[in-house]
Amino acid sequence: MQPIEKQKVQELLKQFVNQDLYIHLETTNGAYATHRDASFFNAGAFIRNAKIRYEIGTIAGDGPFRVGLKMDSGWVYGEGLTHFELDEKGRLLMAGLDHQGRLAIAFELSKTPFE
Amino acid sequence: MIESERHVLVIFPHPDDEAFGVSGTIATLIKNGTPVTYACLTLGQMGRNLGNPPFATRETLPLIRKKELQDAAAAMGIKDLRMLGFHDKTVEFEDEEKLADLFSEMIAELNPSLVITFYPGYSVHPDHEATGRAVIRSIGRLDKSVRPKVHCVAFSNNCEEELGKPDIVHDISAVAEQKLATMRAHRSQTALFMEDMENRAAAKDPETLDRLHFERFWTYQWND
Repeated sequence: MQPIEKQKVQELLKQFVNQDLYIHLETTNGAYATHRDASFFNAGAFIRNAKIRYEIGTIAGDGPFRVGLKMDSGWVYGEGLTHFELDEKGRLLMAGLDHQGRLAIAFELSKTPFE
Repeated sequence: MIESERHVLVIFPHPDDEAFGVSGTIATLIKNGTPVTYACLTLGQMGRNLGNPPFATRETLPLIRKKELQDAAAAMGIKDLRMLGFHDKTVEFEDEEKLADLFSEMIAELNPSLVITFYPGYSVHPDHEATGRAVIRSIGRLDKSVRPKVHCVAFSNNCEEELGKPDIVHDISAVAEQKLATMRAHRSQTALFMEDMENRAAAKDPETLDRLHFERFWTYQWND
C-alpha cells in the first residue's frame, strides 16, 4: 500500500460504480485497548464479503481521507483512510494506519469474494 | 524441572500466542523427547500492525503470519503444527459445542497427558476466552480419572487476585535462545519491540530476564 493519492482513488472508485461487489469494512482499536487502559471505551465493527452495489463513490478530505458510497437505498462510509493499493487481483484496498503503522480502519472493494 | 509427558497438546487461537509465555516450555518438552502438537485456530488475520510505511495489507497479512507460524514451530522443534482455519476475532461467535467436538477428536487421536491453553475468564482477548472455554468443555466431557492435566496461561489484571499465584513455574533459561528465535519468527508482531527487548536482556534487566527465563501456568481447577 502507498499513501493515498486522492485523484487516483477517486478514479478507481468511479471504475467500480454500478457493479456487484464484495466489501470488507472494519474499524478497530485493538482487542487489548481496555485491558491496557480501563477508562478506554472500545468499539469497532467488521463486515467481510457483504454484497454491495453503489452508484456514487466519493473520496473527500485532505488526509486522512473519507470515502462514501451511495447505494440504491443507503450509504456506506469510512473515515481515517491514509493508504491504498489496487492489488494484483484488481481489488481496491484502502486502510487507515496510525503513526505507529497500526490499522485503525480497512475499507476494501472486490469483484470476487475475499478469501 | 519440566516433567516429561506422553504427549502435549497446545491449543491457542493466534499465531504468536505461544511465543511469549509457552515457547520455552514447548522447546524443553521436545528437547526431552515429548511429542508436542500445536493446534492454532486462526492466522491472526485481524492483526493491527501493518507498518508505516506498510509491509502488508489486510489481505496479505494472513499469508505472512502463516509463514511466521511455520517458522516459529520450526524454531521450537514442533513437528505437528495444525492450522484449524478459523478467522481471527470470530472464535467466540462459533458454535462452542462444535468447537469442543473438534478438540475432543484431537484429544481422542493424540491421547495427551497434558493440554496447554488459555484460562477461561482470565485471558482478556475474546478469542483466548472462547478457545479456553471450548477446550475445558471438551476435556470436561471425559471421566475425571482419564482427563489430561490442563496448564493454563492467564494474564487478566485480576488473575492473581482470583486464582492466586501460578502453581507451575518453569525455568526455561536453558532454551532462552529458542524462545527468542520463536518470538523473532513472528516478525510482523514482534519486530517493533524485539531489539529493545534484546538490548534489555543484554543489559541484564531483571524484569526482562524474568520474562525470558520463566514461564508460569495455572493448573485448571475442576469443580467436579
